[in-house]
Amino acid sequence: MLQLFDFEKPIAELEQKITELQKFSADKGIDLSQEVIVLEKKVALLKKEIYGNLEPWQKVQIARHSERPNFYDYVPLLFEDFIELKGDRLYADDRSIAGGIALFHGTPVTVVAQVKGKGTKENIKRNFGMPHPEGYRKALRLMDQAEKFGRPILTFVDTPGAACDLGAEERGQGEAIARCLMAMAGYHVPIISTVIGEGGSGGALALGVGNAVLMLENSFYSVIAPESCASILWKDTTKAKEAADALKFTAQDLLRLGVADEIVREPLGGAHKNLRQTAEEISQVISKYLVRLRSEAPEVLREKRYQKLRAIGVYQETSEKSLEILEKGLTKQEN
Amino acid sequence: MFKDIFKKTKYVTIQPAAVQKRSPSDVAPAQPIPSKKELPDSLWVKCPKCGEVLFNKDLEENARVCTKCEHHFRISARGRLALLADENSFEEWDSALVTLDPLGFPGYEGKLLEAHEKSGMTEGVLTGLAKIEEIPVVLAFNEANFMMGSMGSVVGEKVVRAIERAIDLSLPVVIFSTSGGARMQEGILSLYQMAKTSAALGKLAENHLLYISVLTDPTFGGVTASYASLGDILIAEPNALIGFTGPRVIMQTMRQELPAGAQTAEFNQEHGLIDIIVGRSQMRSVLARLLRYHKEGVQYAATV
Repeated sequence: MLQLFDFEKPIAELEQKITELQKFSADKGIDLSQEVIVLEKKVALLKKEIYGNLEPWQKVQIARHSERPNFYDYVPLLFEDFIELKGDRLYADDRSIAGGIALFHGTPVTVVAQVKGKGTKENIKRNFGMPHPEGYRKALRLMDQAEKFGRPILTFVDTPGAACDLGAEERGQGEAIARCLMAMAGYHVPIISTVIGEGGSGGALALGVGNAVLMLENSFYSVIAPESCASILWKDTTKAKEAADALKFTAQDLLRLGVADEIVREPLGGAHKNLRQTAEEISQVISKYLVRLRSEAPEVLREKRYQKLRAIGVYQETSEKSLEILEKGLTKQEN
Repeated sequence: MFKDIFKKTKYVTIQPAAVQKRSPSDVAPAQPIPSKKELPDSLWVKCPKCGEVLFNKDLEENARVCTKCEHHFRISARGRLALLADENSFEEWDSALVTLDPLGFPGYEGKLLEAHEKSGMTEGVLTGLAKIEEIPVVLAFNEANFMMGSMGSVVGEKVVRAIERAIDLSLPVVIFSTSGGARMQEGILSLYQMAKTSAALGKLAENHLLYISVLTDPTFGGVTASYASLGDILIAEPNALIGFTGPRVIMQTMRQELPAGAQTAEFNQEHGLIDIIVGRSQMRSVLARLLRYHKEGVQYAATV
């Protein structure tokens, strides 16, 4: 049974009606095809209206959908070959990060991805897609090899965040993530990062330092989970919807803020409605960027990536005068 | 490239202080850090560790370190600067850089004004050039009283500019982190400051320039997962809480209560994550020695 959200219920109800009508028509031998056609048109319109105007919180729900395709679902559709390579050579193999060498449109690439599980059992194995330091160190090891052998790097971001438990703290979660950030910024090979589901904070960013950052239409990428944000702001986790609006983390927002480079289209209703179609869209967009990036000299690639990062942020150089105004504003407040 | 920036340099005068009595009160008398345990008349402060009631003036004169148990109280950015830098050697950079509330985040403007009032700073980090025992060094200090030193666009930009100028000037960098992490109110822009600062540190490293990261209470989240962890040498202040996820969030998400002493500087050192723990009274001399021993490195770098 597919997970159904409240905002999808009108669609489901109408679809249910159509099925009933068809069944009734078949059982009783009455021709109701005209009515069915009318209803089907109505469903199509309704889908466009609902799925075409999703609010940030609804996108969060789709991005976290239990049937949302994960990295392994995309592998056979995106790559002609994939050899998974495991372990960080230091501590363990973290199953919330997968990586290896793949063949993408005939080109060997290094692939690193965060992986959420499907269902409770797999999710426990994959720690709900929340990597520990050993996961990031595996990613770093594989990406270092990509740099060594001049292979482009494709990363896939899909995590609620980095693991937050005692073990993660003991083994240096912060350091593991920071190393990934610094290393990725310094590579001479093309890096394309695609957010396929949830982009949860620093744990997501550790694979997000790309020359190009692509976002699936219903993915989101945020500094903090909307629930946690609501808990801090309003001491109320049920206000996650409001927090989702405030955080401006949808693909469209990130495109506007200069973080994302392109939005990858999803089928109406989300990637889980049509895996093959979604994979095809991802493949095309990545391919476009890969061709473009591979034509650049290694030093240029690296410098452009640095300049892209360098440009992120909004601030203003004020004069002493405007600082005075700020001070005055403060005194006014005090009075 | 940086000519224009240097034009805007603002000089901060540091009051002369007796060498044996370097204390933050010498430069930052206007903003003594209020402590939670502060008594109403603010003349007295109770030490949260040993319970000793301390005369506030004594505490300030002792670099905000408890005179009885050596508990390190939090200290302002300017207070630290006064303890570290040679007199009148500090040249502040980018003091006029301010944020613009890019997301129109609820309540952010009010919080910024409040932080400005509380800290006397325009943002969560103080950066500039100074000398420590005659050795020129680029310095950055997070300010706990400015939204807990959280990193938004301005903190990221100021740190990056400081690092880039250090590369231009062929100087080492010392950053004192005190931060709750990436600043929620600037969303994804804050998150990417982690990548931006880490990228700049990568360039510094390629130039064979020393980076010493000093982690102070508290250092968490996006700052731990970026510049604070990338030092050639990692120093922590005694008892400082340092980690990725805060204990409250670990409790909320994992229902896991951390053992006593977890995430302290000592815990981090035991797990191999910190090089040395250095008390505030020794910080200047330890940094000076480390900086001195790396001068050779700068000469080496010039030859490769």
